[in-house]
Amino acid sequence: MSQGAGAEAVLALLVITDLLLLGSSRLRSCIRVVAVQGVVVSLLPLLLHGGEGAARAWALTAGGVAVKGAIFPLVLLRVLRETAVRREVEPFVGHTLSVLVGASALVFSLWVDTRLHLPVTLAGSPLTVPVGLATMLIGLFVIVSRRKAITQVLGYIVVENGIYAVGVALVGGVPLLVELGVLLDVFVAVFIMSIAAYHISREFDHIDVDQLDRLRG
Amino acid sequence: MDAMTLVPCLLGLVLAPLLAGIVNRTKAFFAGRHGQPLLQLYWDVFTLLRKGATYSRTTTWVFRAGPVVGLAATVLALALVPLGGIPALLRFPGDLVLFAYLLGLLRFVTVIAALDTGSSFEGMGASREVLFAALAEPALLLSLAAICLETRSVSLSVMLEDISTATWTNQGPALALVAVSLGIVLVAEAARIPVDDPTTHLELTMIHEVMVLDHGGPDLAFILYGSALKLWMLGSLLVGLAVPVRSGHPLLDAFASLGGMMLLAVIVGIVESSMARLRLVRVPKLLVGATALALLAVVLVLR
Repeated sequence: MSQGAGAEAVLALLVITDLLLLGSSRLRSCIRVVAVQGVVVSLLPLLLHGGEGAARAWALTAGGVAVKGAIFPLVLLRVLRETAVRREVEPFVGHTLSVLVGASALVFSLWVDTRLHLPVTLAGSPLTVPVGLATMLIGLFVIVSRRKAITQVLGYIVVENGIYAVGVALVGGVPLLVELGVLLDVFVAVFIMSIAAYHISREFDHIDVDQLDRLRG
Repeated sequence: MDAMTLVPCLLGLVLAPLLAGIVNRTKAFFAGRHGQPLLQLYWDVFTLLRKGATYSRTTTWVFRAGPVVGLAATVLALALVPLGGIPALLRFPGDLVLFAYLLGLLRFVTVIAALDTGSSFEGMGASREVLFAALAEPALLLSLAAICLETRSVSLSVMLEDISTATWTNQGPALALVAVSLGIVLVAEAARIPVDDPTTHLELTMIHEVMVLDHGGPDLAFILYGSALKLWMLGSLLVGLAVPVRSGHPLLDAFASLGGMMLLAVIVGIVESSMARLRLVRVPKLLVGATALALLAVVLVLR
């Protein structure tokens, strides 16, 4: 398979994991899906910029796989174990409708992509930007349409994956340190959000965010 | 070459019940049973054809016409389907739409025949069948649209003739997505596990089987034979896509495709042995997922 086909397979996997996340009803499988997506998206720099500066691409991929594929799911699964919450997602929007929303987000991103006049020649597949945009939109949708604090963390990670995909396609030459710094930021954010979710559950015996709209004296 | 176009149709008419036999033997093997003979469906059909039919007084001509019109639509649809690189008997631009709607006609007559009996169970089965079919249709049409866009043609025969190993190297991800989507459509349309269980006779969970409970004799034979043909047709679409052997020797191509069909039957049997039927509320999710995959394939081909 050529380099373009490899990148395309990764992008297809990215969209499939998006749709799986929207469709799956168990928190545990949602966390697994997001972990797989993290690994998949981390492969992008290797496939797009593997030729020049291979060491940098390898470092990015290794960092991404370690953080998104191993540390995030471990932290989130631990929160899930420690907080005695129901294991279902309990979305505001049904799963079937969510998948349809995901598909329309993809179509919308493709339309947006035709209106954007990106100034640079894109590396790899021209689909990287629309798929990244769709992933961001789907991440936002997960944040607003799901009830649990953990799913909001998952949505945040998905949004970051989308931004990462677009960034990799558009900008080839960001210094390694900056990219690793971004990864560290995401890591800290997920860590803090997980701790917050844990404390919410200890305080209120649930992590339903729609019940957190009143102050308690 | 014109005589060759008879081959897919004739092979389908003769071998379709064998496919069901292979599925059953695979399931029996995994369950540790000996299983029924490979040719059981042929004997069933012959036995039923020799019997007379009983009709309830509440039914009308609609009930009697159902199986006949259904079988006619199925045979006509079979004439449109190529086997691998061998073109079909009937082919013209746009025949894939006719193919999809002949399947729709088959479903329509089955459903109104079921409603004609006035049985509440059959009405329940009919409503489920229509719901799942409505969700499976966009997946089927979008999958075919993806292949259309890739091969720049709107005839099933030309489309599947143009699929080759080169197409797979260029568009591997898209074609794999189409294959998965078509596979899900196949299990839904052919009423197989995980969408429907062809062996269950518990009214609350049946979909396809419950609609044909009141048919007997030759009518039931038509229905059994028709569903075997349906599995064969959808299978040859999937195999034509997934087994891209286009060597130019018709005989070799035909054997490769037939091997693919047998393998497909074994895979269907393995899936049936290793999975439980999905809960009814989960089925739409699966079918919408298939639609989304087909849509993604269209996007990948279009870009």
